[in-house]
Amino acid sequence: MMYFSRLKTTLILGACLLGAILCIPNLTAAPVPWLPWRTVHLGLDLQGGSYLLMQVDMKAVVKERLNGLVDGVRQALRHASQASGAAPVFYRALVADPTQDRVVLRLRDPAQTQRTLGLLRPLVSVDPTTRVADLDITSQPDGTITLTLSKVALHDRAVAAVQQSIEIVRRRIDATGVVDPQITRQGDTHIVVQLPGIGDPDRIKQLLGETAHMTFQLVDEQATPGAQLPPGVELLPMQDDPQQKIPVYDRVDVDGGDLTNATAGTDSQSGQWVVNFTFNSVGARRFADVTRTHVGRRFAIVLDGKVLSAPVIREPILGGSGQISGSFTAASASDLALLLRAGALPAPLTVVEQNSIGPELGADSIRAGAIALGAGFLFVIAFMGMFYGLFGWFANLALVVNLVLMLAIMSLLQATLTLPGMAGILLTLGMAVDANILINERIREEQKNGRPPLAALEHGFQRAYRTIFDSNATTFLAHVMLFIFGSGPVRGFAVTITIGIATSLFTAWMLTRLLVSRWYIAVRPRLLPV
Amino acid sequence: MFFSRLLRPMFRLVPDGTRIHFMRGRYMGLIVSAVLSTASIVLFFHPGLQFGIDFSGGIVMQVKTPGPADFSRIRAALAAEKLPQQGVQRFGAADQVLIRLGVQPTAQATDAAVTKVRAALAKAVPGAKILRTNAIGAAVSAQLLRNGILALVISLAMILVYIWFRFEWEFAVGAVITLVLDITKTVGFLVLTRFDFDLVMVAAILTVLGYSTNDKVVVYDRVRENLRKYKTMPLRDLIDLSINETLNRTLGTSMTVFLASLPLALFGGESISGFAWVMLFGIVVGTSSSIFIAAPILLFLGEHRLRRDSAPVAPAATRSKPAVR
Repeated sequence: MMYFSRLKTTLILGACLLGAILCIPNLTAAPVPWLPWRTVHLGLDLQGGSYLLMQVDMKAVVKERLNGLVDGVRQALRHASQASGAAPVFYRALVADPTQDRVVLRLRDPAQTQRTLGLLRPLVSVDPTTRVADLDITSQPDGTITLTLSKVALHDRAVAAVQQSIEIVRRRIDATGVVDPQITRQGDTHIVVQLPGIGDPDRIKQLLGETAHMTFQLVDEQATPGAQLPPGVELLPMQDDPQQKIPVYDRVDVDGGDLTNATAGTDSQSGQWVVNFTFNSVGARRFADVTRTHVGRRFAIVLDGKVLSAPVIREPILGGSGQISGSFTAASASDLALLLRAGALPAPLTVVEQNSIGPELGADSIRAGAIALGAGFLFVIAFMGMFYGLFGWFANLALVVNLVLMLAIMSLLQATLTLPGMAGILLTLGMAVDANILINERIREEQKNGRPPLAALEHGFQRAYRTIFDSNATTFLAHVMLFIFGSGPVRGFAVTITIGIATSLFTAWMLTRLLVSRWYIAVRPRLLPV
Repeated sequence: MFFSRLLRPMFRLVPDGTRIHFMRGRYMGLIVSAVLSTASIVLFFHPGLQFGIDFSGGIVMQVKTPGPADFSRIRAALAAEKLPQQGVQRFGAADQVLIRLGVQPTAQATDAAVTKVRAALAKAVPGAKILRTNAIGAAVSAQLLRNGILALVISLAMILVYIWFRFEWEFAVGAVITLVLDITKTVGFLVLTRFDFDLVMVAAILTVLGYSTNDKVVVYDRVRENLRKYKTMPLRDLIDLSINETLNRTLGTSMTVFLASLPLALFGGESISGFAWVMLFGIVVGTSSSIFIAAPILLFLGEHRLRRDSAPVAPAATRSKPAVR
């Protein structure tokens, strides 16, 4: 028990040294090339910053999928009727039913049911690995055909939507120049956005609050105000003046997804702020096609269901670039350009939780926390030194090493240090001390029972070990649970304690024992001073 | 001279060889604990915990005004915006204001309310700085509360299983009953002190739980060891002996954790001092419950199983052999 081979001694001291080295990145600013440059992150409560929990609107995702499906059905039936020269398929009431995740249509002639089912079959796609179809098509004798989205497909779509949203959110935030934002998913439908140093996240929230889905749609110029609109046309409000509405065809001629670039600028003639955009090859071709065949008509630029502007096409635009005018200011033009560059969100995002802390408050917290922690640490050191003398100082040395090792592991994991986490460190110090107290009390007891020093040490460590193991294991389990079920600052707390338990087992069991053993060999006392 | 003095212990918390008959006070301990816990449960229902924003939902904003805060002005400005305000109060220093708004019906409304407060403040108190904003929708807060309680329950279950596995079921049941009593008292403390009950407090309660478990395991561990060492000693004396033998350790550890938490409670700042106060309370409760609750429960549960009182020797001892690894 008290014998340490040379190898073991080297390993223990090596681990301590390694811990000290790994702490260096936290203390200096300039990276050292031969060191893994990982540091502990300060939580938002310490350095100031904002935490946003955002929910992806899954209803919108489903709705969009169903609308796409309606288009798909319409096209499939139209194509089939035109191509084969066979009798056209007539239907009525082709509607999306978001409450049941399905699309329903009714055939005029129920006898065409089988043929129609055959035409719709290509709409179903089957996952190659799981062999699950994303769509379930059923029919009834009266000619009603129902296309229901499968649960699995919906889930996959939701996952994809969240993933895509994260990407878009990241691009938008990166464009604002926030340093070191963290964007992660939480659960199935939530995204956590952490913005260090941003005490007032209003601008970011504004940027994330828009889906920024831009489309180019033709304006229906035959529609008379007040009269009933023909099918496939709807009234959309103008961005500047929501009272004014413009009849626009549903059909999307060119999608904003085909943009490759967008920048804010001023128009050379009017001097007004505009957004210049460039399409990729697909977008440029479509844009050219539409503008060539519709010269003299109005082309609406629609953003999130509102018309930004609806200029008249004066000549075919073949170069694949154009300009959006509207009543922009410098800020709104550059924001729109930013949103268009970053791309559209697949679904609207809503902020369901916001927590922002100004840098000032963070600095105050750090100061108060550091002072309190330092004072607590000194109290513990003084108590141990007085209570156990030499063995207390051994324990104190182990305590300092414990602190260093904790910091090293937290740096390696790039863990986040929060205010509760700081409290956690302090409590771990208490637990590390507890291990040493158990050991020292045991040694003292063994010596009182008449054992010679070496035997007292042997037995003391051995017996204390079991107690230390059991008492730490229970705490360890409790905090693993806290980590799994907790969130935010509580998790940081659980991480600190869990790491602390591991390091304190090492320091109490290995380091203190090594120190005591070296001391014993050097001094060979007749009585242990415990 | 001074240096060499440092190398020897300067004091003991209790003299070696102390033999206090704790088990004589077992009924007293249980009754006091039962009364305190019952009172705490009553407090829990009335007036009840003051839920922090994590669990109640709503909006909390901490504002720093240029001079001493003019509360009536801020109240009037918020009232003009027709915001359902729940409180505008001083927070620590005279220039620090805490504004609380109730939970809003939707996430969008919550967000809009934050913007409104900002605008109203900027108009009413020019130069006011918003130090902290925390806005949580009802759905999120309900989930946070659920997760918090879940973490608590699962931790207790894990502790039960672990002690059962390592000791005997009497130990596990004794520990968990005691822990539940500890938690109820901590909740009572929270109600009395009117600290906001939020996620950080759940962490505090779990820490108290972990610490208290730690303490019980150490006493139980000694009981387990003594059961093997003194095969004929009545359980009552044996538990007394075990508590006395570990008393210096129990008090020593409590003392260090107490000392470590004390500065945090006194100077740790508004956001962390609540946590530290709960810790201080928990240390006192957890330490005393190891001696006055957990041990008597073990005595009641184990009197006829772990050890037949005064019934001697070999057969009984081998039949009811305690956990041997």
